[in-house]
Amino acid sequence: MKAAVIVFPGSNCDRDIAVALKQAGAQVTMVWHKDDALPDGVDLVAVPGGFSFGDYLRCGAIAAQSPIARALRFHAERGGYVLGICNGFQVLTELKLLPGALLRNAGLRYICRTVPLTVTNAGTAFTSGYAAGQTIALPIAHHDGNYFADDETLARLKGEGQVAFTYGDNPNGSRHDIAGIVSANGRVLGMMPHPERAADPAHGGTDGRALFAGLADALERV
Amino acid sequence: MTEPDITPEVIAAHGFTPDEYAEVLRILGREPTFTELGIFSAMWNEHCSYKSSKKWLRTLPTSGPQVICGPGENAGVVDIGDGQAVVFKMESHNHPSYIEPHQGAATGVGGILRDVFTMGARPIAAMNALSFGVPEHPKTRHLINGVVEGIGAYGNAFGVPTVGGEVRFHPSYNGNCLVNAFAAGLADADRIFYSAASGVGMPVVYLGAKTGRDGVGGATMASAEFDDTIEEKRPTVQVGDPFTEKCLLEACLELMASGAVISIQDMGAAGLTCSAVEMGDKGGLGIRLNLDRVPQRETAMSAYEMMLSESQERMLMVLKPEKEAEARAIFEKWDLDFAIVGETIPEDRFLILHGNEIVADLPLSKLSSSAPEYDRPWEPGPRRTDVPEVPDIPALDALTVLLTSPDLAHKAWVWEQYDTQVMGDTVRPPGCGAGIVRVHGTPKLLAFTSDVTPRYVAANPVEGGKQAVAEAYRNLTACGATPLAATDNLNFGNPEKPKIMGQFVGAIQGIGEACRALAMPIVSGNVSLYNETDGSGILPTPTIGAVGLISSADRLIGGAAREGDVALLLGTTHGHLGQSALLWHVMGRDAGDAPAVDLSAERAHGDFVRENLARIGGCTDLSDGGLAIAAFEMAEAGGTGVALDAGDLPTLFGEDQARYLIAAAPDDAEALLAAAAAAGVPLARVGAFGGSDLRLGDQGAPMAELTEAWRGVFPALFGA
Repeated sequence: MKAAVIVFPGSNCDRDIAVALKQAGAQVTMVWHKDDALPDGVDLVAVPGGFSFGDYLRCGAIAAQSPIARALRFHAERGGYVLGICNGFQVLTELKLLPGALLRNAGLRYICRTVPLTVTNAGTAFTSGYAAGQTIALPIAHHDGNYFADDETLARLKGEGQVAFTYGDNPNGSRHDIAGIVSANGRVLGMMPHPERAADPAHGGTDGRALFAGLADALERV
Repeated sequence: MTEPDITPEVIAAHGFTPDEYAEVLRILGREPTFTELGIFSAMWNEHCSYKSSKKWLRTLPTSGPQVICGPGENAGVVDIGDGQAVVFKMESHNHPSYIEPHQGAATGVGGILRDVFTMGARPIAAMNALSFGVPEHPKTRHLINGVVEGIGAYGNAFGVPTVGGEVRFHPSYNGNCLVNAFAAGLADADRIFYSAASGVGMPVVYLGAKTGRDGVGGATMASAEFDDTIEEKRPTVQVGDPFTEKCLLEACLELMASGAVISIQDMGAAGLTCSAVEMGDKGGLGIRLNLDRVPQRETAMSAYEMMLSESQERMLMVLKPEKEAEARAIFEKWDLDFAIVGETIPEDRFLILHGNEIVADLPLSKLSSSAPEYDRPWEPGPRRTDVPEVPDIPALDALTVLLTSPDLAHKAWVWEQYDTQVMGDTVRPPGCGAGIVRVHGTPKLLAFTSDVTPRYVAANPVEGGKQAVAEAYRNLTACGATPLAATDNLNFGNPEKPKIMGQFVGAIQGIGEACRALAMPIVSGNVSLYNETDGSGILPTPTIGAVGLISSADRLIGGAAREGDVALLLGTTHGHLGQSALLWHVMGRDAGDAPAVDLSAERAHGDFVRENLARIGGCTDLSDGGLAIAAFEMAEAGGTGVALDAGDLPTLFGEDQARYLIAAAPDDAEALLAAAAAAGVPLARVGAFGGSDLRLGDQGAPMAELTEAWRGVFPALFGA
């Protein structure tokens, strides 16, 4: 698997996601946001967590206007794989590569803790390392992770199996407990929890590892 | 631009005593300009000059084979082997945090992170030691919410994991909260950057964010007591921008790697003034600055305002001239200001130009090395000889009172607002003794703790000072770490009062003795005095931040007990209740003397833990609340119960020092008892872990009930 990790000013999980991808066997290239092209032959583009441009406008809104964003959109529209975690998920919704928006947490506070999740769709490349309905534990760390979409969109997401992960004990007010969704073609995943923070026994949990390993396996088979 | 006249009112408003101003006149041989007066004031205030504390700080041990750089630079530097170094410091932001809690705390975090990366280190861990007034006080809820949110807002966005800290409450902090921020970074031991300028005619470069009027006079404000004019002080609090700081970090590390940096200094208290003077003074050079070239956020700023601004996220650097284009390109990449604002000069002058006029022309070395220094009168406090009575309360009720006291209650409410895991190397987040991170890409771990028991220091400054160091030593030891060094953040009241100065002198003596005995030199630190409101001082609070090294992850000792483990107590129990959490929280009394600290026992017991760690399942140090609290916490962490044989209050809640609670499987426990007997170290079985109840002698309660009460305190007090 050839992966690119986009680095915006203010990204701070870029190294973490690169470590997890390399551990799963990926070749990883870091791509600066002012670049206007992705490296040739990239299978996966990862949009990392952090506070791109300080999140001083809506989270992810300015990052979505970066030069690299056009290349990212083209990659996705061409059927490429995209993984957005936390701030990355927010960027993907701002780019309209995924529907909905991430609002301020219902409790108004930043929350960093490990939470239970249910894998609601194990049929995507990203979730192929899990069993459908499996309960896993991953850390969350965000101030704006409250997933919102209108009723029609939510119905479509559920009906088409686009909800990838739901919270066991909704920490942030997300509609329908949504923690992560995939695009209609299943190749763009946005999620608020951090699988890269549960990818090593030293992290105190390894439930995130299957996401990267499953993705690497699935892409080898493509 | 015309400057205000120098009147007695202007002089007094800058915090000068008549003698200090006479010294300014003597040095200059003339009256200073308004800008010059501001510069002197910024350099000579307590916050920057340490004029009341220097005499005593010199007595602290600051060296050791592991120390690469001790106090005097932006942060201390300690060798961790393999050509790597840990760079760390703790610093207070007390006064700003009381005036504006969110921004005050946020910029405290920003300042300490800058101190660390100025030295060439990437920050890898942060901690915060917070002291607030009692929860019932009308300001406390506002302060704790604002401070915790501000720390989170800055550290989370910057991307450093917050792995530890303390939160305490006491009425003496009602009008003066304490926010002590710690940061540690990782650097190559041979690539540390210092502040001393070298070479004449070298460009002085301004880096980072633009200069505004925020924080003008902040250091002077932080050197005064509070009174009812406090609301008027709000404009002296700076506003933090963690995004710019994150960019500044990355740009500075790239710049340092490029070889362009001769010396570098962050702009903290007294901004441009203090940073330029330090670089010149340490290098034995003068500095010329042209303020017309300073990147400015606002129009029509005066020289005085620019020299005293405490706008955040700024650095000053002396650049290798041949590297200018390369250096400028790095800052342009990160969209940060890069401006050559002056140069080093051979003569001892601090020459400031603004609008084609000389606005200040001062002998540079006099600003720093000639700053006033005081040997303030001090008196030792009266020795506490009263023997406290033992409360008449069942042990289990006492435990419940302690577990639900805000000092000992579960603090997830605080640390869940901090990103504890960013960088992917956090091995132990807050909540279980020392915080631990991996040294990225190596088997090594670094452990961090911050400790002090202000009640002890108030009752007995010398023993209280020792105890703060000893508790830090124990917290590092309990996870298997070898303590390396410490940083001290000394928070006290008004040093012009002999009683307060006596607390300071005593605490320093105790800290020094303990640091020597435990081989934990002080490598950096900060003094915060005048923590008083309307004449009433805080409890003396010398916070000790300490760092330990674990050579590989398999030498890490956990903090949890397992079902079936034996509970072993290492150390001697006399049942000392003076100044204990039991007396304070159960009876509302601070009676008696602080516990005595036997430093040779501390050392021996610490070495025993490290030498026998393979047989230790879990370990925690005994501190506030003694054996009963330690047993509860270890059982809770392991999801099990515990039964302690003792049922009397002195044994369960005494706060004798040099003690650890160890959980070990029965075979290991036997081996540990034999090893202790052979080593002449006191180790005894005090109970067993297991089941779902907590039992103290013949009384018991379900762990689930106690845990729920313990966890519920903070949300109930400060908002869910």
